Amino acid sequence: MAANYDYEEAPGTYDDANRQDLGYDPNFVPDSVKSFVVHLYRHIREKNVYEIHQMYEISFQTLSDRLFKDTPWPSVDAVAHYVDNDQVFCLLYREMWFRHLYARLSPTLKQRIDSWDNYCSLFQVVLHRVVNMQLPNQWLWDMVDEFVYQFQSFCQYRAKMKNKTEQEIALLRQFDQAWNVYGVLNYLQAFVEKSNIIQILEQEKEGGEQFTATDGYDYSGGSNVLKVLGYFSMVGLLRVHCLLGDYQTGLKCLLPIDISQQGVYTSVIGSHIATIYHYGFANLMMRRYVEAIREFNKILLYIYKTKQYHQKSPQYEQILKKNEQMYALLAICLSLCPQAKLVDETVNSQLREKYGEKMARMQRYDDEAFAIYDELFSYACPKFITPSAPSFEEPLVNYNQDAYRLQLKLFLYEVKQQQLLSGVRTFLKVYSTISLGKLANYMEVDESTLRSILFTYKHKTHAVDSDGKIISNADLDFYIDDDMIHVVESKPVKRYGDYFLRQIVKLEGVITDMDRIKLE
Amino acid sequence: MGRETPKQQQQVSYTVEQLVAVNPYNPDIVPELENYVNEQVSSQTYSLDANLCLLRLYQFEPERMSTQIVARILVKALMAMPAPDFSLCLFLIPERVQMEEQFKTLIVLSHYLETGRFHQFWDEAAKSRHIVDAVPGFEQAIQTYAIHVLSLSYQKIPRPVLAEAINVEGLSLDKFLEHQAAGSGWILEKGHVRGQLIVLPRNEFNHPELKKSATDTVPLEHITRIFPILG
Repeated sequence: MAANYDYEEAPGTYDDANRQDLGYDPNFVPDSVKSFVVHLYRHIREKNVYEIHQMYEISFQTLSDRLFKDTPWPSVDAVAHYVDNDQVFCLLYREMWFRHLYARLSPTLKQRIDSWDNYCSLFQVVLHRVVNMQLPNQWLWDMVDEFVYQFQSFCQYRAKMKNKTEQEIALLRQFDQAWNVYGVLNYLQAFVEKSNIIQILEQEKEGGEQFTATDGYDYSGGSNVLKVLGYFSMVGLLRVHCLLGDYQTGLKCLLPIDISQQGVYTSVIGSHIATIYHYGFANLMMRRYVEAIREFNKILLYIYKTKQYHQKSPQYEQILKKNEQMYALLAICLSLCPQAKLVDETVNSQLREKYGEKMARMQRYDDEAFAIYDELFSYACPKFITPSAPSFEEPLVNYNQDAYRLQLKLFLYEVKQQQLLSGVRTFLKVYSTISLGKLANYMEVDESTLRSILFTYKHKTHAVDSDGKIISNADLDFYIDDDMIHVVESKPVKRYGDYFLRQIVKLEGVITDMDRIKLE
Repeated sequence: MGRETPKQQQQVSYTVEQLVAVNPYNPDIVPELENYVNEQVSSQTYSLDANLCLLRLYQFEPERMSTQIVARILVKALMAMPAPDFSLCLFLIPERVQMEEQFKTLIVLSHYLETGRFHQFWDEAAKSRHIVDAVPGFEQAIQTYAIHVLSLSYQKIPRPVLAEAINVEGLSLDKFLEHQAAGSGWILEKGHVRGQLIVLPRNEFNHPELKKSATDTVPLEHITRIFPILG
């Protein structure tokens, strides 16, 4: 789902488009589509998750590429009678229909509103009725992911008031509940609550529940839909909060998921990447650079090793895009917080290749450096949104860039505050002790200013973590005794404990797998 | 009246925190959250989550924003330093609001604190009494932050540097130092050239040899992962 800042609008409503003959008839159902819906419907009824997944992931793509490259799929009304007019299937079909539209074409305002309505109906069914389905995690993730994406897309669209037609303005006024921020957040929150997913994950830690072990699937005859949607909604909430600029709350929403372990979020690569990308970005904005570096490093290594397996998948382009963005964010983090030992060799060499030169320039903290920080941040940041309703008063303006500009401005402000630190680092590297007076001389500042710089260095390199503790991330540190600075280089410590734990768990997993094979 | 108020306060804050945890995306709780801000100010308590929740709701409906409340939230956030709360709040406040005079001042104050310019900070704060006097406990909170930064940096600090950082001099400073020596383990020495030296308590930041190999301790939670395997 490529996301650009600018979307072109199709003329009028799509009813007009039909009549204008865009080269397709929404009521024409090719045989392959008829076969597709009939089989998909049957598999869903019979809970054949594997077949559903194949059809969803592969057949839908193949048919889209072959028959619907730049037209929508047949309308739901045209296929409904092939599937007993089943309400739930029709909602699911429409969800895929709109997703395809957003990916290949440009939705009109009416279509955006209709898609919102469809999500509402679909979500109401899942939340309030007993749904007896098992759907593949890929599909359930895509639903949440697409829901948030369409919300972001709508906010961007709505914020460009300048060239809106009278018709569009009338529709916006009339359907002011569509893609309303309260609605979006409350649906995601409702999934989390109604599914009881937080308690399930907690009980699982104590051995009471099975969720991660079964990848979220229900092997006792029930449905995985509500639970897994609840789970993925936590990632959805993290994403929405990042779009709003509320990083603290975003991270809080993700807290029940332990990202130091595998989990249902790693069962779908799109979800894995989205989770870590937003987690890392939020930590970056909260100045927890070491945490961000650690997680970006892990995921970039993972992508490097596994991307070949996703070459044919429809998500491949998105995976590559996020990969590039995370390298940019990693470059930013390492320039603000140099850490020699946290980055894997493979990742490091990729990073040098892509951003080696830029990183050297960023650490000079001159005007050119700020331009590069600006460039990388703008390339890699989420598409921030203004959630409030537009003003319909003349003159109509475009304000779709406001949210982005604010986040960028505050980020660069933080970078500027670190400007003088680069200079002091250079000196600290060279001396083991030096008097304040001498260093002030070399740096061509007075002692009072030097003290401020040293305080800034200490403050910026000692972050407050999520528990409120102070953690030093300075690879080069010092202390002052009266008027003498003593430089201390921190020693790298090998993390044996974690390594052994991981290997123990891994071995246990292998033994369990082997036992399972014997029993079958 | 006197004895009931703390208990009532406890009940009110319990309810607000619950609201924020359970039903945060709800425009109807704005008045409660605003009251809670005022309560944090008067009772010298603090809740970042509740304040972020309110700033978010203001973001959703900008016409309901009270700049006075926002200013109070920012002052409280400033008092929470070294935590980055101040910038977390700024991320949620529209640019045009941040351009208003009182917010520009607060941003300048934050800038001075972030870059260790304590002398300039106290100067500017003195000029903006109307903003900072409105929140009790402000001065102490900033002094605590200043001492925090000094403790990261100094093993032994000359008296004038300390005085400038916490904006206390003369007899008040003497009393302050006595108090810290008695309660927080500060030691007062005579410096060889320039008067009094204050020895700050040892911690892992100003005494690197004290740094535990904290990086290789494993939290209990992680060990619980292998209990089923071991047991």
